[in-house]
Amino acid sequence: MSDDYIYAVARVRSRELNLFNRQDLDQLMACRTYEECLRVLQDKGWGSGSVLSANELLVQEEEKTWAFIRELTGDLSPFDVLLYPIDYNNLKAAIKSVITGVEPHQVFLPGGSIAPELLQKAARESDYSALPEEMAAAAEEAGRTLLETGDGQLCDLVLDKACLLGILRRGKESKNELLAQYAELTVAIANIKIAVRACKTQKNRAFLDAALAPCATLDTEALASAACKSLEEMFAYLAVTNYAEAGERLKESYSAFEKWCDDKVMELVKGQKMNPFTVGPLFAYVIARQREIAVVRIILSGKLNELDDGMIRERLRELYV
Amino acid sequence: MSIDLSSMADMIFDWNKMGIVFALLGAVLAALLGGIGSAIGVGMTGQAAAGVVTEDPGKFGKVLVLQLLPGTQGIYGLLIGFITLTQIGILGGNPEMSLAKGLLYLAACLPMAIVGLISAKWQAKASVSSISLVAKKPDQFGKAMIFPAMVETYAVLALLISILSIFSIAGLPV
Repeated sequence: MSDDYIYAVARVRSRELNLFNRQDLDQLMACRTYEECLRVLQDKGWGSGSVLSANELLVQEEEKTWAFIRELTGDLSPFDVLLYPIDYNNLKAAIKSVITGVEPHQVFLPGGSIAPELLQKAARESDYSALPEEMAAAAEEAGRTLLETGDGQLCDLVLDKACLLGILRRGKESKNELLAQYAELTVAIANIKIAVRACKTQKNRAFLDAALAPCATLDTEALASAACKSLEEMFAYLAVTNYAEAGERLKESYSAFEKWCDDKVMELVKGQKMNPFTVGPLFAYVIARQREIAVVRIILSGKLNELDDGMIRERLRELYV
Repeated sequence: MSIDLSSMADMIFDWNKMGIVFALLGAVLAALLGGIGSAIGVGMTGQAAAGVVTEDPGKFGKVLVLQLLPGTQGIYGLLIGFITLTQIGILGGNPEMSLAKGLLYLAACLPMAIVGLISAKWQAKASVSSISLVAKKPDQFGKAMIFPAMVETYAVLALLISILSIFSIAGLPV
């Protein structure tokens, strides 16, 4: 019910004041060294006060965001569309490590909705009944595929598609317009990325049919046919869809396309600034924080590698505020 | 032996004595629906206000004013209920009145009852939005007050029409 989030949204509105804006980014960009950047971030309250590496600092900030969301709502199911990619990544790692017998080392991502230990246990025992139904079915199929073929890519293919279909389903089930639109956009963008990579690596039609997840705003049949022919055919197809700009950006460069994808998501969630009800503003806040962390990561790695300011700036994404 | 149902009903209900019942129903509805609307409204705005104060206790004064705005419909409902009770003689006086007069009092109370319920809820939504505005831009408090206050206009108009009607009914030859 929309009224359930009134308290949470009011807290989010107050927290939004602490989100980075252009001036904050300029301040970071003005830092001469990587260490100075870290100091500025710590002065702004990032991290826990002790001296940390950039990676630890960013991980802590991500954890802070989720701790805040957990404090606001006990039900994280509306955030499944964000958590599914982490869960499926961890599931891939668990299945592969069990079947190949390689001890997993720093392959599990934190913050998913299912503990990596549970996924490992399920993979070890080949009993996925503790997982959500669709995830369990995909895990069984992926495990079987990996055992039969020994092809890790095929295993990934099964789980990646299940992840995309799961995101779409959770978006629709949420009955929230923003979540549904976010899910649709995420899946459409993922389909375009798959098609581009498949086209560049000259994958066959069967691969594309197995990898692309049908969604409402893209005809995956047409996309697969175009991707089998050439990139130009694909751009021609994209030009008649809602993602015409994606084609234009892809013609520029892949990094321009990735920036467009991120900015498109930000454009979608920015509408939540005017919404005082529903889970939408909480979702937008999580996206805003993740984007902020991603932008800081770009600046920090740019500073660490002593890249030119111009090069760093052209990679910076649109912010929420 | 045939039974005349209409005569039986007349024996149970003396319609001429039902006037005071309808008049009291009007007074009760005004207080009840206005109160329900305000309780819902102040509850909603209270949640938003608590959210802002959790993050920034310094904004307590500003959000408190916005929280209270949907509370006025309950007060207006109480006022209409009180005036009606006085006019119809329940709070001292003669509670005898015709059915027509009782129904007139009921009708007179309805604007406040219905508008009170609906306007309180919508005013609460406007107030919650204004609380979000104050959370992000405390210097815009004055403007934030105006948006929910606009909704108050219609509660005041309903109050006015209910008061004018209630005071005018006594002099009517019915």
